[in-house]
Amino acid sequence: MSVPVEDGTGFGLGEQDAARFAGILARYPTRRSALMPTLWLIQDRDGHISDAAVAWTAAQLELSEAKVREVVSFYAMYRDRPQARHVLQVCHNISCHIMGAQPLLAHLEGKLGVRRGETTPDGEFALEGVECLGACGMGPCLQLGKHLYEHLTPERADALVDGLRRGDPPRPDTDRDLEG
Amino acid sequence: MNQDQYRILSRRFDRRDGHRLAAYEADGGYRSLKRAVGELGAAAVREEVKASGLRGRGGAGFPAGVKWGFVPQGAETVYFMVNADESEPGTFKDRYLLDYDPHAVIEGSAISSFAVGAKLCVIYIRGEFGWLVDRVQKAVDEAYAAGYLGPGAFGGAYELEMIVHKGAGAYICGEETGLINSVTGQKGQPNIKPPFPAVSGFLGRPTIVNNVETVAAVPWILEHGAVAYRKFGTEKSPGTKLFSVSGPVRRPGVHEIPLGLPFREFFTDWLGGMADGEELKAVIMGGSSVPVLTAAEAMETALDYESLAAAGTMLGSGGMIVIPARCDMVELIQVLMHFYWDESCGQCTPCREGTGWLHRIVKRLRRGEGAPEDLALLERVCDGMAGLTICPLADAAVMPMRSFLQRFRPEFEALAAGRRATEPDSRWAREIRS
Repeated sequence: MSVPVEDGTGFGLGEQDAARFAGILARYPTRRSALMPTLWLIQDRDGHISDAAVAWTAAQLELSEAKVREVVSFYAMYRDRPQARHVLQVCHNISCHIMGAQPLLAHLEGKLGVRRGETTPDGEFALEGVECLGACGMGPCLQLGKHLYEHLTPERADALVDGLRRGDPPRPDTDRDLEG
Repeated sequence: MNQDQYRILSRRFDRRDGHRLAAYEADGGYRSLKRAVGELGAAAVREEVKASGLRGRGGAGFPAGVKWGFVPQGAETVYFMVNADESEPGTFKDRYLLDYDPHAVIEGSAISSFAVGAKLCVIYIRGEFGWLVDRVQKAVDEAYAAGYLGPGAFGGAYELEMIVHKGAGAYICGEETGLINSVTGQKGQPNIKPPFPAVSGFLGRPTIVNNVETVAAVPWILEHGAVAYRKFGTEKSPGTKLFSVSGPVRRPGVHEIPLGLPFREFFTDWLGGMADGEELKAVIMGGSSVPVLTAAEAMETALDYESLAAAGTMLGSGGMIVIPARCDMVELIQVLMHFYWDESCGQCTPCREGTGWLHRIVKRLRRGEGAPEDLALLERVCDGMAGLTICPLADAAVMPMRSFLQRFRPEFEALAAGRRATEPDSRWAREIRS
């Protein structure tokens, strides 16, 4: 299947991502069912899904822009605007609450100088409270990108922020030292 | 008692290489799939799983073999989907299976797909498990390369395609019709049932959705037989079950137990009791959506579907949340009501509005702005939600709300009388314990 990497929307995929997109279209049984993986492909590259990306996706998958946009806005993890470089998402649901999610959030607010829901003025860090991350027995925890940091203490939270500022963050707990 | 004898699903959780195909095959992996396709045939697989009494481990507890039987005879296109959207607060068991034993999930999914005649299997993993999407995709790639999946698999006798689909942050997609709509490329809003997905699901075709833990049990059941599986558990709740335990106990984490185990024994022997300085107040047995039990009630019950129903709660997902004495129950229900309000998909008015009302009334109580009639108001809102919506999310909010109110009423009454809530506990759990 040939995949145009550019069209009139001003949005385009590079060669590698165009190949990935072709792979998605080949795997999913209908064009519409390819929507979520396509949005992930775009967000993984750009950090968010721009208006141009919405228009491009709609054209590629033969959907109205509204159908694409409603999916982008329905799911909490799709972002329609640029994000801070490091988005720290602290679980504030019940199990983590019992184990100290609120003091963790308060500690990070102090450390970063922003309140939850805000981004630091330099655009480096955003702090968010989020619902259950599936690390209930390892709380309090936070999500950063594809990984989780678990069993957090004030010291470990500081080490994470300091490490990110230096460009040398500690290894996430879900990035286990497995062979392969 | 040797707890390891019950480890069917968790037997590779301690290994560092259990996620690799070579390790899995050396452990007897994929033998059941080969036997299913090469010897048994789909009907015999369905019969064996039905005979085992394996019940859906996502929360509803419906017998898997019976569910498979709902696919209309002679259906041409059938889809199989694995629900790895594990988002129920307190639940983190499927995560362990996907992380430590992805090939068991893949083999179980392939056998289950074969049993219902599906040619496409979708493993739907919640977006927050980003690292697991990569791990499972790698394992799926290995299974393709080894000839267990894809064109030419089993000499063309069974050529299953498998997609690893990444969700994007929506609790509602754990509901099976919401999940199917999500894979279709839509908002994950559930549909009215009937029609049930087994008759009309993905793209209007028969679709079976099973939980990760359910399919992961299938290879073992085929290898050892339904009779061996039924040696674990009780007559009506056969087999073993993963419980994911959170809260300040000595050994939180994922534990596999034979169903029917008394809670008291699980709490003492498996979990090691409460952490130092903590005292047991209440237990949520099966994920945040099931009714809470007091410590005394918990100590008298056993961990199987029937005993927990008799105790006024549910086994649910096995996401056990242990609540210590230091916790304010009104504070905890506020946390939960925020969650259901946040996650309501907005389709049905009783849920969209009701979850928000419950959250705001509890919040108002805690601010000291409540009134005695607020307790009756909470109950009335619950009455206007339960059973009146397309999917069970409204009920999932009502069950904790009602049970917290019923079992810990004095804490609500004190606030309703105008007392202002204490500040949220701002100490770290480890400070409390030390």
